[in-house]
Amino acid sequence: MQFLEPAFLQAVILSVIAASTPLLLVAVGELVAERAGVLNLGLEGMMIMGAACSFAGAYFTGSIVVGALAGILAGMLLSVVFAALTLGLAVNQVAAGLALTIFGIGLSGLIGAGFVGERIETAPHLYLPALTDIPWIGNIAFGQDGFVYVSLALVIGIWWFLYRTRAGLVLRAVGDNHVSAHALGYRVLRIRFLAVLFGGACAGLGGAYLPLAYTPFFIPGMTAGRGWIALALVVFASWLPARVVIGAYLFGFVTILQLHFQALHVPVPSQFMSSLPYLATVVVLIAISRRCGLAGSAAPASLGLVFVPDR
Amino acid sequence: MRLVLERRAERSTAVAVASPLIAIALTLLTMAILFAALGKNPVTALSVYFVEPLTDSYSLIELAVKATPLVMIAIGLSLCYLADVWNIGAEGQFLIGAVCGSWLAVRTQGTDAGAWVLPIMLMLGAVGGAVYALVPAIAKVRFGASEILTSLMLVYVADLLLDYLVRGPWRDPNGFNFPTTAEFDPVATVPILIGETRLHVGALIALAVVAAASILLGRTIKGFKIKVVGAAPRAARFAGFNADRLVVLTFAMSGALAGLAGIIEVAGPTGHLQPNFSPGYGFTAIIVAFLGRLNPIGILIAGLFLALTFIGGEQAQISIKVPLDLTKVFQGILLFYVLACDSLILYRVRVVSSRPGAADAIS
Repeated sequence: MQFLEPAFLQAVILSVIAASTPLLLVAVGELVAERAGVLNLGLEGMMIMGAACSFAGAYFTGSIVVGALAGILAGMLLSVVFAALTLGLAVNQVAAGLALTIFGIGLSGLIGAGFVGERIETAPHLYLPALTDIPWIGNIAFGQDGFVYVSLALVIGIWWFLYRTRAGLVLRAVGDNHVSAHALGYRVLRIRFLAVLFGGACAGLGGAYLPLAYTPFFIPGMTAGRGWIALALVVFASWLPARVVIGAYLFGFVTILQLHFQALHVPVPSQFMSSLPYLATVVVLIAISRRCGLAGSAAPASLGLVFVPDR
Repeated sequence: MRLVLERRAERSTAVAVASPLIAIALTLLTMAILFAALGKNPVTALSVYFVEPLTDSYSLIELAVKATPLVMIAIGLSLCYLADVWNIGAEGQFLIGAVCGSWLAVRTQGTDAGAWVLPIMLMLGAVGGAVYALVPAIAKVRFGASEILTSLMLVYVADLLLDYLVRGPWRDPNGFNFPTTAEFDPVATVPILIGETRLHVGALIALAVVAAASILLGRTIKGFKIKVVGAAPRAARFAGFNADRLVVLTFAMSGALAGLAGIIEVAGPTGHLQPNFSPGYGFTAIIVAFLGRLNPIGILIAGLFLALTFIGGEQAQISIKVPLDLTKVFQGILLFYVLACDSLILYRVRVVSSRPGAADAIS
């Protein structure tokens, strides 16, 4: 059986990791923003802008790092617009997020138009002479590109920040009850601004992963709903960092599964297989919400609510 | 020194009327800057976008043709948003409506089926859209799943289903392998209103929908309930209004309208089913709903305005060579400004000293 050969299994696992990493980067940033009480539905827009700008950066400088930084910056700039509206002007977060997505998709098309058809070198993979050559696990543990290690380090860092530092505790308090946090003297809007900015940076980096490491070119709309799936992942994870990892890798697995099924010429229409990640998201959202009983009881209590401090 | 928001004692009516106009003015200003940055003369570019389409009869009719689906979908969405229900998957319901109605057109193709075909197609489109919208509605009321994410995910699924049908079972055998159905028979086509133009009966249906929504929201108990559940959920609970039932109802109504708009678009201006027949009407309709301040008459005007951006965008692409994506940028910026200006109806922005206590010392 082809399925059980080590080389094949290893290739599958490597491709699952590659498909999961952008989801993980974006979802973990959104988790921080949501823990501070801000629902940013503009992930898809920030992500595609990250993809376009990172490609432009890497194309002109030939440097993956500069590309990634350009992507991060693009995501942050868009998140500043979102913050100005939702925090500065107390605009409904759902509507503002949608506007950000529409805007980001349009602007990325504008920026990326000149780069369609161009190629770049993708991010190099780690190679440690003895370790990477270990059969079975060498390539998986020691042969990834830098983004993969950054994404995992980010999750650990965020877990440590949220649960082991005072600042993390304050951030969670702001998300759970902004009135009380304000009464205690915490600067709710400032903390939320920083959380949104962080979410924007992560979304930009997640978007940057696509042209810098996943495919060596930029296509308009190449995020293909990954930003929305990342939003669902945060719900799936019940707002817990470790579970975001599980969720992201599960979704990466579904994505790769459908690709392999298509390659094996299973007599199912390819469009049906392509719709699997989206259908899986719907099913998972229903299942997870049911298990939690009331609508999102695990959600931060002030999530999505407008806060205007009374002086 | 910094800026803070302060809640107004009562809603400012003056700002409420002016806010969409201010938003449009600010958007035009931003666009002028953007055109200048792209190396185009802002005055010429803006006139290609917004004035030239209004000067010839062909474009004026196209305006009505493009506003038809936008207004119909946005009316449905406004019912949802008034009830604080977030259906953002209208694009999917639009596509599914088109698919369901087209099924009959494809089945009866080349037969001697009579004039009953089109009315049944429209009905199938509306029912299809409504049923598709019920999935996120029921997922929300039964299981508490976020309707924002489920309705949006189903857009991608609808898109893929449409793609499968026109590339597979419904493909026109004489269509040179293009992914499209055959042209619909005359009995499966929406009648044209004026002679040789593309203006079709759908425009009248859209006007009827606007009138019906005005009556529903202004004159009926159901419309009142929708508004109360959205604006004051606690009051609605005390009054015994069933919020879950309204979620299902508003989703079903908006899905039906989006589905109806979908089949009218396919059986009207397009004439056959093909992938990408929608330039994102379901998403643009969200902007229409907000720009129209969730008011039926406002939505009618806003629908015409956003139709103008589609036509202007197409003309600008040809005559001054700017990318078509600029239209989306423009629509996104417009929604930013609309939301920002709406906020000023409820709040006023005040300048205060950044040092706490300093403001009190002065006063």
